[in-house]
Amino acid sequence: MKEIPEYEKDLASIRTIMERSSKFISLSGLSGVLAGIYALCGAAAAYFMIHYPISPLHYRIYSVNEPGVLIKLILLAAGVFIASLVTGLWLSNKKAEKHGQKLWSPATRTILFNISIPLLTGGIFILILLNTGHFGLAAPASLVFYGLALIQGSLNTFDEIRYLGFSEIVLGLISAMLPGYGLVFWALGFGILHIVYGAIMYNKYDK
Amino acid sequence: MKNPFEYLDKVLEHRVRLQIMSVLVTNEGYEFNALKELLGVTDGNLASHIKALEREKYISVSKSFVERKPNTKYKITERGRHAFKKHLDALEAVVKQQK
Repeated sequence: MKEIPEYEKDLASIRTIMERSSKFISLSGLSGVLAGIYALCGAAAAYFMIHYPISPLHYRIYSVNEPGVLIKLILLAAGVFIASLVTGLWLSNKKAEKHGQKLWSPATRTILFNISIPLLTGGIFILILLNTGHFGLAAPASLVFYGLALIQGSLNTFDEIRYLGFSEIVLGLISAMLPGYGLVFWALGFGILHIVYGAIMYNKYDK
Repeated sequence: MKNPFEYLDKVLEHRVRLQIMSVLVTNEGYEFNALKELLGVTDGNLASHIKALEREKYISVSKSFVERKPNTKYKITERGRHAFKKHLDALEAVVKQQK
């Protein structure tokens, strides 16, 4: 028979091991802030491409129908996405090394698998929307599906990611009711929300 | 529980075994190497504790090849899940009784 403090240690170790084995805790908050800044830059570039010189808050009655503009917008969005992904992987890898952990773990594999389902579904759905001329719904759909992916992924990482996911979905649904303001909501969802939640996570876990 | 010490599982009294069970109870399945890294134990140490848990039929093993490398994956059995829960309840009762 062991001493009582030993049993307490047993219980404590169960708790930490359960947490560590299933949660990805190296996710960098700073990379969220940077991703938000990239998104805001992207949104600004898109504004000059399609709205300028009309105010971004002014309701837009025409759609993106000039040939070439759509391709440029898609390339811009892809650029923002890749830059965010690379920054996220780089900073999270650094954080993982600091804690003596590996970026590629069973938890990250589970996250990747879980988020890929809503992300791929959303991606295909948005391509269909663009192809059928529903340009106004592309931005809301990207917010909603991204939010769903975050909620799926949040099962294996920080709780803040789940709240970020809910915020993105709510924003996406509001945006769907106001189709002319896609760019503004896109900047709010991918820019401002990432900066806010990234900063919260940075303060809570990165320091 | 009158005497919670009676309900403690002898096989699960070792901390490494308890940790292995904790990992398998929260995850669908876990590989040998990932388990080794997570727990920070040596190959031999982990293998011996795994063998003990296997003998009790608390965990099951599946061997396969991933990219031509042998891959050993462990899963908790229903029997193991039940034993783990019983042991955990007993642990909590033991600690509570002392307070």
